[in-house]
Amino acid sequence: MKLSDTLIDLANPTRFLALTARALPWLAAVTAVLLAIGLYQSALAPDDYQQGATVKIMFIHVPNAWLSMFVWAVMTVASLGTLVWRHPLADVAAKSAAPIGAAFTFLALVTGSLWGRPMWGTYWEWDARLTSVLILFLMYLGLIALWRAVEDPSRAARAAAVLTLVGAINLPIIKFSVDWWNTLHQPASVMRLGGPTLDRAFLIPLLVMAVAFSFLFVTLHLAAMRNEILRRRVRALQMMQASAFSAPAAAGGLGKSALEPGIGAA
Amino acid sequence: MTALSALIRRDIRIALRIGGGALIGVLFFLTVVVLMPFAVGPDLALLARLGPAILWLGALLASLLTLDRLFMADHEDGSLDLVVMSRTPLELACAAKALAHWLAAGLPLIIATPVLGLLLNLDMVATAAVALTLLAGTPALTFTGMIGAALAVTLQRGGLLLAVLVLPLSIPVLIFGVAASQAAISGPTSFGAPFSILCALSLVSFVVGPFAAAASLRQGLD
Repeated sequence: MKLSDTLIDLANPTRFLALTARALPWLAAVTAVLLAIGLYQSALAPDDYQQGATVKIMFIHVPNAWLSMFVWAVMTVASLGTLVWRHPLADVAAKSAAPIGAAFTFLALVTGSLWGRPMWGTYWEWDARLTSVLILFLMYLGLIALWRAVEDPSRAARAAAVLTLVGAINLPIIKFSVDWWNTLHQPASVMRLGGPTLDRAFLIPLLVMAVAFSFLFVTLHLAAMRNEILRRRVRALQMMQASAFSAPAAAGGLGKSALEPGIGAA
Repeated sequence: MTALSALIRRDIRIALRIGGGALIGVLFFLTVVVLMPFAVGPDLALLARLGPAILWLGALLASLLTLDRLFMADHEDGSLDLVVMSRTPLELACAAKALAHWLAAGLPLIIATPVLGLLLNLDMVATAAVALTLLAGTPALTFTGMIGAALAVTLQRGGLLLAVLVLPLSIPVLIFGVAASQAAISGPTSFGAPFSILCALSLVSFVVGPFAAAASLRQGLD
């Protein structure tokens, strides 16, 4: 079965709901196990010779930062799905990913700030990496505001898709900001040409935590997508009920067929 | 070509009329610059140091204020639908509207800069540097702001949301504009490097802005 066939099958919201209802408990279990392993390994990791035990904030700060950018990339792909292919679940995916990405970005900023106080002596510094991640956080908030500003979900989806694509310019700026502007935040140590410079004692727990956070995002995202689909069904039913009240004669024949399950949903 | 030049002429004429919103931007610029010494204190040396930043912030906020009207006025009287449905490519029409908006609302800001530089105790070199960077940077502000204006055209209370959407995209222009001004006044770095990046940002916005705005208008108006 080709990938495109699978995607077309998943475009059916009922099918998607059935599939995720089966998959979510497993995903949640895998996430919990990976987080447990990652936290255990992080606790056992050696102290840094310079930073002492505070280096362990890295195992939470860095995955949050990676996920904050990864979620915007996921939303960009979903926006392409909305604008180019009009995939029905693409806007559901984009809308539900935005608050999760904003939360990851906020946690990255907060954990980084807490790490910065003992390391750099300040909670905040206007250097290139911190500033561009703060701008990313503001763009997440603007995107969420745009989603909530338009009543019709599909029109909101298209407006948000354009904004997401324009905002994707910020991602390479964040990634390379520490290389272009040599200010305060340390340069890239893991994803760089020439391989990671991090010692294996730190690299392994970091990668385990990164995978755990990714599974956490997938679990939360699928759960949020389910909620969004159900929310839209409730809205469609409310609108049908309201139109039945306001035009009872006209809706008498239409009302029954329109309320069959699966039709008019999402 | 005549369709686009007609669009530009029409927009400039409407903007320069009473209620058109062009000169109100200059008034707002003046107000912001006048408010700063009340907030910061009358220390002339401090104002001279902050001068480029104050002028840039004022220009940014003034252009944000007038961007609201870019598509909203046309949407209200229905001419935006005509523009969207016409044979002229919508991207070119958006670019023409942004150009007209910059000519009517952005150029007066740049012309007002020397006068306001006097209020902030800026010398000739500083004022010239700020005016030059504004000349290179305000097109970027207009063209990226057009994206937010196109997104907000279909919202009822679009004004504040427009500001929230546009400001993160305008921050790089602000950074490099002030950096170039400071480099020309005092800094060890050359004026050319941040100024080139500022020009590059404007050039990129000439391409990205109309395409994104046209896509938003098409999606939002159907």
